[in-house]
Amino acid sequence: MQFFHSGQVLPLDRNNVDTDQIIPKQFLTSVDRDGFAEALFFDWRYHDDGSENTDFILNHPDYQRASILLTQENFGCGSSREHAPWALQQWGFEVIIAPSFADIFFNNCVNNNMLPITLPKKTINDLFALTANITSVQLDIDLANQMIHCGGFAPIAFDIDPEVKRRLLSGLDFIGQTEQHASAIHEFEQRYHEKFPWLNPF
Amino acid sequence: MTNSQISKSHISKTYFPKTLYEKIWEHHCIQQLGHGTDLVYIDRHLVHEVTSPQAFAGLRQKNRRVHAPSKTFATMDHNVSTRSREIDAIGEVSEKQLMALTNNCHDNQIQLFDLKHEDQGIVHVVGPEQGLTLPGMTIVCGDSHTSTHGAFGALAFGIGTSEVEHVLATQTLQQQPSKTMRIHVSGPVSKSVSAKDIALHMIQKLGTAGGTGYVIEFCGPGISALTMEGRMTLCNMGIEMGARAALVAPDETTFKYLKGKDHAPKGQHWEQAVTFWKTLKSDEDAVFDQEIQVDGKQIKPHVTWGTSPEQVIAIDEPIPDPASEANLIKQQAMENALKYMGLEAGQKLSDVPVDIVFIGSCTNGRIEDFRAAADQVRGKQVAQGVTAIAVPGSGRVKRQAEIEGLDQIFIQAGFEWREPGCSMCLAMNDDRLEPGQRCAATSNRNFEGRQGRGGRTHLVSPQMAAAAAVHGRFTHVA
Repeated sequence: MQFFHSGQVLPLDRNNVDTDQIIPKQFLTSVDRDGFAEALFFDWRYHDDGSENTDFILNHPDYQRASILLTQENFGCGSSREHAPWALQQWGFEVIIAPSFADIFFNNCVNNNMLPITLPKKTINDLFALTANITSVQLDIDLANQMIHCGGFAPIAFDIDPEVKRRLLSGLDFIGQTEQHASAIHEFEQRYHEKFPWLNPF
Repeated sequence: MTNSQISKSHISKTYFPKTLYEKIWEHHCIQQLGHGTDLVYIDRHLVHEVTSPQAFAGLRQKNRRVHAPSKTFATMDHNVSTRSREIDAIGEVSEKQLMALTNNCHDNQIQLFDLKHEDQGIVHVVGPEQGLTLPGMTIVCGDSHTSTHGAFGALAFGIGTSEVEHVLATQTLQQQPSKTMRIHVSGPVSKSVSAKDIALHMIQKLGTAGGTGYVIEFCGPGISALTMEGRMTLCNMGIEMGARAALVAPDETTFKYLKGKDHAPKGQHWEQAVTFWKTLKSDEDAVFDQEIQVDGKQIKPHVTWGTSPEQVIAIDEPIPDPASEANLIKQQAMENALKYMGLEAGQKLSDVPVDIVFIGSCTNGRIEDFRAAADQVRGKQVAQGVTAIAVPGSGRVKRQAEIEGLDQIFIQAGFEWREPGCSMCLAMNDDRLEPGQRCAATSNRNFEGRQGRGGRTHLVSPQMAAAAAVHGRFTHVA
């Protein structure tokens, strides 16, 4: 079977993880779209003196190949910085599972072909319980059928907005897609500026 | 795409009665794309240096041009010094980013308020004060606090860099409608309570994720009594409730504020615009997905104690005990916050000394904010051991404050009077807290490290921040 993604889970048992934590501001001075893997969770990963915080799970040797982030409510709240999904993806995450996500962060993930999965709190807690006992929990994410497969356990069904699903499965160039509506945009602009002449800057 | 495929939540053109949000959406819907997604027209695109360089680079790679440069305005704000107007003042890396914006604006004929421009400032201060923000518009910016512009009855929201590129290329976004929430605030609100306190009170009630998936409309006597500056503060903090956008219906206060602004309509267009703007309100029998009532009389001055804006109390309340929280994850978050903030349950914030006071930001960096703060410090001195900075939100705010002599009130009290910029709100520049420093801040986020690694942020109104500067600790304001 062709899965959207298969990989190891890294549990981060915190709620309200904000984008300032995901990537602190000192890394936002870049004009590039890459080079953010080292910046991911920087303040939690490194001590004030620059040494590694070995207590933080991202530094644990058993999780260096993890690609599915399991976390708690309101993940990605705060700043709209797309550097946050860039940093997560460049470190290796392709899927994030949480009870809820902040809106802008969710859209930013989808625009980078990362899959944010929302599951009920009870299911999330069951997954956390599983990862507490086993470090190498592997999941197979079947996006087409909206199922998560986890070894010998019962598969977990998940809901997803059909448009988000379509986008992730098709990997479309959205600007290119919108450009196909160029004449509709042009006609709209003409109508619109006649109706609201004070908005016409031309 | 056939009509039968449109989901129930989708706003169809025959739907009646309508909320303000639904009206604005309809005016901007170019085409339905299927799966409940619409192609939505964007009236105004605001751009700053941090979230745009990768978007312009994307355009170049694909050989695309900016669709409507005259609807796009740019400013430098996040990554700038507030001590100097030199582009290299805080180092080469920042200079490179600021130069990228300069070049991108020049190459694409986009108006830029750069560091040498007298109207430079924070993107969400500059837009409204020049009349670039008008009722009924759709406004986007690669910045979460774009919700600010909703104060004018505009649908305004933050977007990521991929979407910035999409808007630059097409002046549209592919969007799905949000759910609707109405928050009614009864009046009267006490004179010692500011818009910031109303916002913090709501975040306490709703939580930082309470508005997720919603566009919130604020209404009621407690809201209509607010000035435009107050409404901007409130809508600005809408994102801290998780809301997609926040709205206040335009009224006479809005029209009076806008009349004569540089980019506001003039003459016959003004009359036409006002006639239209008066239709921009939710129909009386419009149905919202959620309704919340807030008793304005119950709201007091607030201070955050933790590392999330929802960890907030009234100034006379003790810091809550994590043991009293039933939700174990929230309990753990409270314990983490107390440890990070160097505080204990049961403590009163009026007993806690502050090191730094920061007045400014897109939340509270407007002229009215500096007037309110100046009232607290007039003829007084900043307490010993406290460093206080006042950072105007824009060149216009700064000049107006100087005309009114507010700068002298701050300077004589011992404040530093700075140049416009985002400054210590996010510490992307050289204004930041040292580890362990405690700050009374008029900004919007008290996240761990937000104002500098190890820095401890307490969010307050300008009045409360200024009073904390004078007293050296948090205190009631009269």
